Amino acid sequence: MKTVEEIKAAIEAAVPGAGVEIVQNPGPAAQHSLLLQPEHAVDVAKFLRDDAELALTFLSNVTGVDWPDKEITEKVKVTKMVTKTVDGVEQQVEETVEEPRKRVEPGYLEVVYHLYSMTKKHGPVVLRMRTKNRTDAVELPSMTPVWRSAEFQEREIFDLFGVVFTGHPDLRRILMWEGFKDHPMRRDYVEPDDYDYEPTAHDAVLAKATAHQARIAEQKGAGQ
Amino acid sequence: MSASATRQEGWSKAPAIVDYGEGELLEVSMGPHHPSTHGVFRMDVTLQGEQITKLKPVFGYLHRNHEKLGEGQSYLASMPYTDRLDYICSLTNNWAYALAVEKLVGQEVPERAEYLRVIVGELTRVQNHALSVGFLIQDMGASGTPLMYAFKEREKILDLFESLTGSRMMCNYMRFGGCRVDATPAWLDEVRRVVAGLPKFADEFERLLCTNEILMARTQGVGVLPAELAMSAGVTGPMLRASGVNYDIRKVDHYGIYDRFDFKVPLGSHGDVYDRFMIRLLELRESIKILEQALRDIPDGPVMDPKAKIRNFRPKPGEAYGRIEAPKGELGFYLISDGSGNPYRYRVRPPSFVNLTVLEDMCLGHNVADVVLILGSVDIVLGEVDR
Amino acid sequence: MAVDEQLKIEMGRQGVFVTTLEELYNWGRRSSIWPMNFGLACCAIEMIATTMARYDLARFGAEVFRPSPRQADMMIISGTVTKKMAPQVVRLYNQMAEPRYVIAMGACAISGGPFKQGYNVLKGIDRYIPVDVHIPGCPPRPEALLEAFIALQKKIDAQPLTGEARPRHLDAEAPGEFPVPEPGEHDLEPAANTSVWTVPVVIR
Repeated sequence: MKTVEEIKAAIEAAVPGAGVEIVQNPGPAAQHSLLLQPEHAVDVAKFLRDDAELALTFLSNVTGVDWPDKEITEKVKVTKMVTKTVDGVEQQVEETVEEPRKRVEPGYLEVVYHLYSMTKKHGPVVLRMRTKNRTDAVELPSMTPVWRSAEFQEREIFDLFGVVFTGHPDLRRILMWEGFKDHPMRRDYVEPDDYDYEPTAHDAVLAKATAHQARIAEQKGAGQ
Repeated sequence: MSASATRQEGWSKAPAIVDYGEGELLEVSMGPHHPSTHGVFRMDVTLQGEQITKLKPVFGYLHRNHEKLGEGQSYLASMPYTDRLDYICSLTNNWAYALAVEKLVGQEVPERAEYLRVIVGELTRVQNHALSVGFLIQDMGASGTPLMYAFKEREKILDLFESLTGSRMMCNYMRFGGCRVDATPAWLDEVRRVVAGLPKFADEFERLLCTNEILMARTQGVGVLPAELAMSAGVTGPMLRASGVNYDIRKVDHYGIYDRFDFKVPLGSHGDVYDRFMIRLLELRESIKILEQALRDIPDGPVMDPKAKIRNFRPKPGEAYGRIEAPKGELGFYLISDGSGNPYRYRVRPPSFVNLTVLEDMCLGHNVADVVLILGSVDIVLGEVDR
Repeated sequence: MAVDEQLKIEMGRQGVFVTTLEELYNWGRRSSIWPMNFGLACCAIEMIATTMARYDLARFGAEVFRPSPRQADMMIISGTVTKKMAPQVVRLYNQMAEPRYVIAMGACAISGGPFKQGYNVLKGIDRYIPVDVHIPGCPPRPEALLEAFIALQKKIDAQPLTGEARPRHLDAEAPGEFPVPEPGEHDLEPAANTSVWTVPVVIR
């Protein structure tokens, strides 16, 4: 089978301006992936499916991943004017200082596709797509018109992560009920506070149960 | 015996939608409590007379948040949860998960453990296929007898699982880098005894069912799945092979030690319910062949890599997708590690969930009574569909 | 009024069968319980195994599994009840005719079990409907289900027909319907039926 680099070259030859990036997988599995631009994703997908050599006819797995906003503390070199006493004379000196600075790296939702070929019996080729952010720009093109197997899996990602797939024929909640508001697989999902009865709580559950009891006690205190 | 040997031409009915005019549509909600849905599954069916014009599956009645729980606990702690995915075949679920983690950390498995995995995996396949055929015939109205035959055999296999792992259904047997406990020679002898009895069971089962006139009339030509649609929809397992696509992950991925065994991949040619039923019976026989070879060749040695880390390990950042040919199709686990002790993302690729994509296509134009059979031939387990 | 055991045996020897209405009534009820054909999750497979040849639930008069709640006497909650499924479970229970019994089979039906911390998992079905027998285990073995079934039969045998302790179906005041929870925006509403379930006190 072709390597990721060769696949990238083939895609760029077939779909001009596709802008595919390789995402390295440093682990021992070494399943490197291709990051697609959402605008060209459907064209790239059609190429991968119809290309005689690749023939990736089988979309096996569709995964949603949530990457929340990350606060990164890094050291930045800053040039400053500092007043210093040099040789007994007070003068302004330019000095480079390292200062810790906090930067928020915006989060995104990611969808990962694992492709195999049923005729050539090779794979996996891993595709990724990322949304612009996690709140309002969460649209990604749906792969369902290219591979039918994405239909339910994309609905599941819409349900649990909140990625909106444009071009999906039937985008509804699939696992949770209609009328449910949250996206529970996101990292910042707040679950309902029902820790009334936790007889064998430990670790994280114990902390939640204790917080719940404290809240109840506080409410009782406020009520009296 | 080939899948088409007992096919009677002329019984296949081509689905044709008769137009009864407007205003004659009936919407039926089958499930979530319905005796034919193998659990808590719902289908919103639109009927025109007796014929299906629309069918929308509704999931989530057994959504147990497997993936969310998996992200909140260590790699090892998810192993017993995988038992409860497809609760009929816990050992193949263990295997798929162990394989994915072994890929993630780059872990090898000792030879004896590979043999034990094949033995328990194929025993699982035998009991799953027997059971799924039993349930299919039960759905057809043959209440009891075939299912009791299947359960009789299953109990023997469950006894083996119990004496090896300590549990009948939730075996929790495999670990990253091997298996939890070694099999005793007495256990292997017992397996040999049970496996020696399996061909007789298969003969009996086939004699009872394959040429049954009612079964043939009800299943042949019903729920046809064309090969192109099956490939596009990601259908895997016996369902795909019944449509004539030669794709068995045991042969494709060469995982474990399946290269060493001589076995065939049965293929269907019609892609209907009868073919799916026959493929399971034929695969059951192939599994018996693998079992006989594995039991003959199993070497001595350790069942765990002594250097393997089982608990409290932190894989390097990275990801891995590992998959096996589970009895129901391709079962995959996709793990993303961020360097901590818990997986950052823990995804299960459930075979029967994806196989249900084509349920509507298979049912359109058929009578409502056939939906029960078509669903039965998909062989779903809700624990895995909804996770 | 109970009949003296010795007297009963003595009368039996004389060819006279003596019993009480209560005994006869309870004997009839406990010997032909029809369970509902209702499987939820993993435990359902063990429930089916119980009805099969090896364990043979039919020995206790309960082999007639009815798919319709209207014809069933006993509901075996065999598996995890999710929040999406809970309203349907309560509705099915409401549709069953009195006298009706509930066996909560397995850790999930009792408390949510291993899946208790899941966002879609109900932490025990006894938050919405009264449960007669709980079976621990994940899943409980078929023998455990048989044991629970025998425990239920003993419970039925001991029910008086009159007085304060009489069963629900002989009590005109007892509630016949239990409120069905509604799926809300974040959780089921209400999160528990307080007339059935109060927070148990943990004694440590």
